[in-house]
Amino acid sequence: METIEKRKWSVNSVLLVLLFTLFGAFAVFPIVTLIIASFKPAQELMRFGLNLKIDPALFSFKNYAYLFTGESLYLTWYWNSLLISAVFTVLCLLLSSMVGYGLAVYQFRFRNLVFVLVLVMTMIPIEIIILPLYKLSITLNLINSMWGIILPFVVAPLPIFFFRQYASGLPRDFLDAARVDGCTELGTFFRIMMPLMAPAFSSMAILQALFSWNNFLWPLIVLRTNEQLTIPIGLATLLTPYGNNFDMLIAGAVLAILPILAVFLFFQKYFIEGMTAGGVKG
Amino acid sequence: MESTSPATSTKTGGFKGRKLTGILYSKKIAPWFFILPFLISFALFFVYPVISAMNMSFQQVLPGQVEYIGLENYEKLWNPIFWKAIVNSSKYTLYTLLILIPVPLVLAVFLNSKAMMLRNFFRSTLFIPALTSVVVAGTVFRLAFGELEGSLMNTIAVSIGFEPQRWLRREELAMFALVLLACWRWIGVNLLYFMAGLQNIPIELYESAEIDGANTWNKFSRITLPLLKPISIYVFTISIYGGYSMFTESYMLWAGNRSPNDIGLTIVGYLYRNGLEQNNLGLGSAVGIVLLLITFAITIVQLKLFGMFRKEE
Repeated sequence: METIEKRKWSVNSVLLVLLFTLFGAFAVFPIVTLIIASFKPAQELMRFGLNLKIDPALFSFKNYAYLFTGESLYLTWYWNSLLISAVFTVLCLLLSSMVGYGLAVYQFRFRNLVFVLVLVMTMIPIEIIILPLYKLSITLNLINSMWGIILPFVVAPLPIFFFRQYASGLPRDFLDAARVDGCTELGTFFRIMMPLMAPAFSSMAILQALFSWNNFLWPLIVLRTNEQLTIPIGLATLLTPYGNNFDMLIAGAVLAILPILAVFLFFQKYFIEGMTAGGVKG
Repeated sequence: MESTSPATSTKTGGFKGRKLTGILYSKKIAPWFFILPFLISFALFFVYPVISAMNMSFQQVLPGQVEYIGLENYEKLWNPIFWKAIVNSSKYTLYTLLILIPVPLVLAVFLNSKAMMLRNFFRSTLFIPALTSVVVAGTVFRLAFGELEGSLMNTIAVSIGFEPQRWLRREELAMFALVLLACWRWIGVNLLYFMAGLQNIPIELYESAEIDGANTWNKFSRITLPLLKPISIYVFTISIYGGYSMFTESYMLWAGNRSPNDIGLTIVGYLYRNGLEQNNLGLGSAVGIVLLLITFAITIVQLKLFGMFRKEE
């Protein structure tokens, strides 16, 4: 359609572009000011606030350099975040895809009931159960550990739902062919069906990694010692009612955004599919 | 695709001789194996905590000493601070709903229109805030809403003729900061949802409407809006849940769970304060149950409302 009509510059489209430029500026402005501020001394920030002024005389990498010195734990936090996000994402995808696949492909008693339970899980805010979960984590000896952050949320309803939708749409011929050839039920999943679900894996991987990377409330409760913190919790400890360590905070925040921004720019398509997964009815 | 079979491929068919092979090939057992992770996780990390929360809300939980105290926790919740938390959370939810549904919906329709240039560029740009963690977003907004004259919001306020404000110390202004932060992070996400919904509307509907002489407004109100209903209900629901369970935004803006006069206190903030900061798990759990009841009630009312509309169609 677009190729035939050739979009033309009209009054309407100029107005629309103006409108969206305004909204776009609103979206990007805070991040740009944050990046600029990360190259200035914090006193400057305290005095003049966030702004777009770039003063070459004040420009320095000092804030970043500080992150990498021995005094700061930033690199440890970064490593913790990377490790937790990676392990969480891999486990979450493996387990959720199994469940989603099981619900989509097999006919068995209680199948619908199990699916309803998956939906029920999406209907209750997790904030309600954080106190009992906290108590349970103490009992299971999961406090202040990576597994304490990962395990309670690793089988997540939204990815299950998404994988179920995706697996329902796969042609059953592959499944039958594999069975005829003597593949076990498990083998069929891992060798034949899982590769076919690759696009679903990409979307969910990005979404779950983003969730894990930015996750705040639960890690805040589970983690205790400075060496175990993830980036969001670590950065939050720099802000206190008594004083703020803005030098480290701002540069650290910028470095926390960068990997996500890079992934987003390269894999936008999967991002968007993953984000809208919950809302689009299959 | 070629399906290379394992070494056992010669012994297929209705082969039931050996037990192990039988299990591996059984279509009866396989589904239970696949859904096992869900069953375990659901029981351990969901059902048990939910029941435990209900149970604890009737208890006084002290280390090594648990005592049933009936409705005492709930009676204690009848206090002005918790009431303030409920009002704050409700206001926040209401304001975010009022902005974060119509604005992204209209933007999605615009972005989808034929006259639009640079569609993907704008869609991506508006989505970027959603990539940042609340911690990063909170840091920026805390700075922008600073009290000093040089802070961003004060510069803007002065330039349009207002006095510099102590933004995070006055009730209405604090709510404004929270809502603005939410809008900044979520407009792009809701926009994506509505665009996905728009893509499911067949173009033929608009074409035939045009033939029948419908103008732009007719097409929007008679085709676009009704057909966006399912996705709107979804966005509405997640916005209510997100609104009522908001905590981190407030935690970051005030550098912790304490805001002056509790102007930034939310229901989850109150749960956190009692359950974790003051280690009163019983009272904290009661807060959780109240939150559960609130979200449940709203969901039911909302389903009733939308369900009634459905019958008219």
